Amino acid sequence: MNKMTSEGYTTADGRKIGGTLMEMKNITLRFGGVVAIKDISFDIHEGEIRAIIGPNGAGKSSMLNVISGFYVPSEGEVRFRGQKRPQMRPYQVAQQGIARTFQNIALFKGMSTLDNIMTGRITKMKSNMAQQALWWGAAQREEDEHREAVEKIIDFLEIQAIRKTPVGRLPYGLQKRVELGRALAAEPKLLLLDEPMAGMNVEEKEDMSRFILDVNDEFGTTIALIEHDMGVVMDLSDRVVVMDYGKKIGDGTPDEVRGNQEVIDAYLGVSHD
Amino acid sequence: MFYREAGDFKTSYGSDSQTFPIKFDRMRYYVVLVVAFGVVPFIINDYWANAVFVPFLIYAIAAIGLNILTGYCGQLSLGTGGFMAVGAYACYKLMTAFPEVSIVIHVLLAGGVTAGVGVLFGLPSLRIKGFYLAVATLAAQFFLVWLFNKVPWFYNNSASGQISAPERTVFGVEVTGANTDAWAKYMICLVFLVVLAWVARNLTRGTVGRSWMAIRDMDIAAEIIGVNPLKAKLTAFAVSSFFVGVAGALFFSVYLGAVEVGEAFGINKSFLVLFMIILGGLGSIFGSLAGAAFLVLLPVLLKNVLVGGLGWPTDLAAHLELMIVGALIIVFLIAEPHGMAQLWRIAKEKLRLWPFPH
Ligand SMILES: Nc1ncnc2c1ncn2[C@@H]1O[C@H](COP(=O)(O)OP(=O)(O)OP(=O)(O)O)[C@@H](O)[C@H]1O
Ligand SMILES: [Mg+2]
Repeated sequence: MNKMTSEGYTTADGRKIGGTLMEMKNITLRFGGVVAIKDISFDIHEGEIRAIIGPNGAGKSSMLNVISGFYVPSEGEVRFRGQKRPQMRPYQVAQQGIARTFQNIALFKGMSTLDNIMTGRITKMKSNMAQQALWWGAAQREEDEHREAVEKIIDFLEIQAIRKTPVGRLPYGLQKRVELGRALAAEPKLLLLDEPMAGMNVEEKEDMSRFILDVNDEFGTTIALIEHDMGVVMDLSDRVVVMDYGKKIGDGTPDEVRGNQEVIDAYLGVSHD
Repeated sequence: MFYREAGDFKTSYGSDSQTFPIKFDRMRYYVVLVVAFGVVPFIINDYWANAVFVPFLIYAIAAIGLNILTGYCGQLSLGTGGFMAVGAYACYKLMTAFPEVSIVIHVLLAGGVTAGVGVLFGLPSLRIKGFYLAVATLAAQFFLVWLFNKVPWFYNNSASGQISAPERTVFGVEVTGANTDAWAKYMICLVFLVVLAWVARNLTRGTVGRSWMAIRDMDIAAEIIGVNPLKAKLTAFAVSSFFVGVAGALFFSVYLGAVEVGEAFGINKSFLVLFMIILGGLGSIFGSLAGAAFLVLLPVLLKNVLVGGLGWPTDLAAHLELMIVGALIIVFLIAEPHGMAQLWRIAKEKLRLWPFPH
């Protein structure tokens, strides 16, 4: 089951990275005439922080959407834990241990911080509706157990004070943090973050970077993130995929990517920002 | 007012998530229950039962049901009247087919039948939402009323086309039929409401409730974090329709006794219950009760004051009622979409801090 298709490696700072967790093979994604992703292949190793960068409209979010099952690729295959993944609905992908945050915050606005994060644990909830209706046995026990796990995440993200606040009332930076909490609640194998620091000030970015590193470090969670801030990308990530106009133009360690002429051209030559 | 939470600390997650976390609220809730079970039955008369209490209790069940679907799960339905009719006719068929079985069982089974029909008409919600779903449920409303009028089997071929409830007892006390005491009608409806409100509360605070609200607030994100939209929507339709079906069964058997489907369960019913949850508060059990109480009491009040007190003609008072309700709906939709429940919450928050405003 857990067969790895390639060996791991050791990072510059001495962390041991496992074998391949997820592999995208020759993915192409079309929307009518628009080709959002053109024949891209790359892999994500267990335990690493993998960045996807590229100018606006490069197809980065589309790639995350393919991974989380929201878009079905027109061609190519997605391999997870060494096996070809059959076509499945997004909630089934979530059940496999893949969680994510969104470029434009997608919290449940009418619900509190606590309920949002509790909802993130839905893939772990087992009690049936009859038990819940009567608030008996399993239902109540389960609620308390999950509440305990969620409280740990709340402590970890330092958002105790806004536990009961409806998320619609929270400032942007905190909403991003709650959204991370909701994804963490699933205790994912693979965590996808779509521009987790967009629109944040320097201090908020530093906090968020610290959380991402801690998640990777403490829980061993594999992370794939999209980010525009090159400084952050260089600091956080082990390996980087660079996309431009739907094509992959670079793949390697931050240093390798930084020296790649095509990448430099994409960023300096045609600046979309 | 001694509305205080100071010193009322929670020491477990269970007690933090209970229905009334503040002691004062809990006390008031027990007082209401004691009065409802221990006082009202002894002083209630036919007028109060038929004009106020029984319709309130039944509409409250229907409103909770619709609120689960619309307020919690975000699926707008205009078919409430039709689903109440399903409950009523299912109850009638069961009562006449199995006279020896308890009416309580029949009412619950009628809810079950309605849940099944609700799921069937809820299937389109997997593809369409908002306005289009509302139109689909509207079609269900008209279809169901037409069906119960058209097919004689549903009304046992009675000449009038009506259905009428035979006499049935619970613990030897008559609860349906012409000779039923006011207190007995009140009591059976009260028991159903209290139990069902408690069930609704349990469902909405746990896993199912969160998956409903997640679908309501952002269905795409909900699915991506692991909510099965099919399961969430169809359970909402099922539970909601169960409640509405029970309300329909009680409305027919206990309250009206005899029913002509178009008159009792027409489109007006659908709107009435919808208005109850809009005024009372979408996504709130308490709001469902408040909205039902308000719209049951308003016409009674207007009739007593305007017609009885000031001698207005009845139809003028009825028109005024429509205008008041219409104006309130608009005001609430614009200014306070969470209805009276939210106003009550805000008032409580103010009281909690009073007399120190910060
Ligand atoms: N659902 C869709 N229908 C049609 N076109 C789409 C859809 N989703 C994405 N696209 C197109 O695919 C291309 C890639 O979009 P995508 O959102 O993946 O870019 P991105 O790299 O995430 O950009 P940004 O940095 O602005 O977030 C764009 O041209 C976009 O218009
Ligand atoms: Mg994007």
